[in-house]
Amino acid sequence: MTRTTTHETEIVLDEKVPLVRIIREFDAPPEKVFRAHADPELFARWCGPNGTRLDVEHYDCRTGGSYRFLMSDDSGEYGFRGCFHDVRPGELIVQTFTFEGEPDGVALERITFEDLGDRRTRLTSTSLTDSFEGRDAFVAGGMEVGVVEGYQRLDAVLSGI
Amino acid sequence: MPADALSRVFSALADPTRRDIVARLAAGDATVNELAEPYDVTVQAVSKHLRVLEDAGLVTRTREAQRRPVHLEAEVFDLMTKWIERYRRQAEERYRRLDAVLRDMPDAPETGAQP
Repeated sequence: MTRTTTHETEIVLDEKVPLVRIIREFDAPPEKVFRAHADPELFARWCGPNGTRLDVEHYDCRTGGSYRFLMSDDSGEYGFRGCFHDVRPGELIVQTFTFEGEPDGVALERITFEDLGDRRTRLTSTSLTDSFEGRDAFVAGGMEVGVVEGYQRLDAVLSGI
Repeated sequence: MPADALSRVFSALADPTRRDIVARLAAGDATVNELAEPYDVTVQAVSKHLRVLEDAGLVTRTREAQRRPVHLEAEVFDLMTKWIERYRRQAEERYRRLDAVLRDMPDAPETGAQP
């Protein structure tokens, strides 16, 4: 496992299965953190990278529900959709996640809201993809300029060996 | 395709023994025999790990030298660490916005807001 810092967001890349886990603590009770995930208006206010706009087409966060939203920035508009497989208020959200640019790819996401007492919550978000290539592209994706520069540098290094 | 190159780096480092080898090479070049010493495995097994690291561009070996010491390509290794760190930072930025949303939220859900 590749672990990073403890106070801020922590990332774990599993070596046995193609999953990435994100762990973060919040100064709010689980009920509230859950609500910020389940309510489409609240969700749209924080999700998505800086400098992007998020428009929710539909977002029915309950067991058996589904969602679709669009993220847009200077480079264009990107659609994301999925189903809510299991939703337990204040506890758990299990959902599927597909980037419409790669319609055959699907990740299974499990978000847990752990009560730490003292009005604090530990959020653990686990995304399982169907291949290591998919997982790695997921981690390297959304990195805009950096990843293009990175590929160029990596290409240069690899061509020199 | 560059994504393949990236995947090779990621999967090369997915193995704990290979990550350990990389960590040791970060301290300086070493031969296959030196690298095999602390492990309960054969030199052949370590060579196999090194081939995976070589294919990913993470390590190189001098062809002509008799000892053929293994050298860590720090640039590729840093790159991969940077990718993960960027991903982490992006998640952190997102969750800082969530912090702000949580501060603004009333404690109890408003009437009718709960399904």
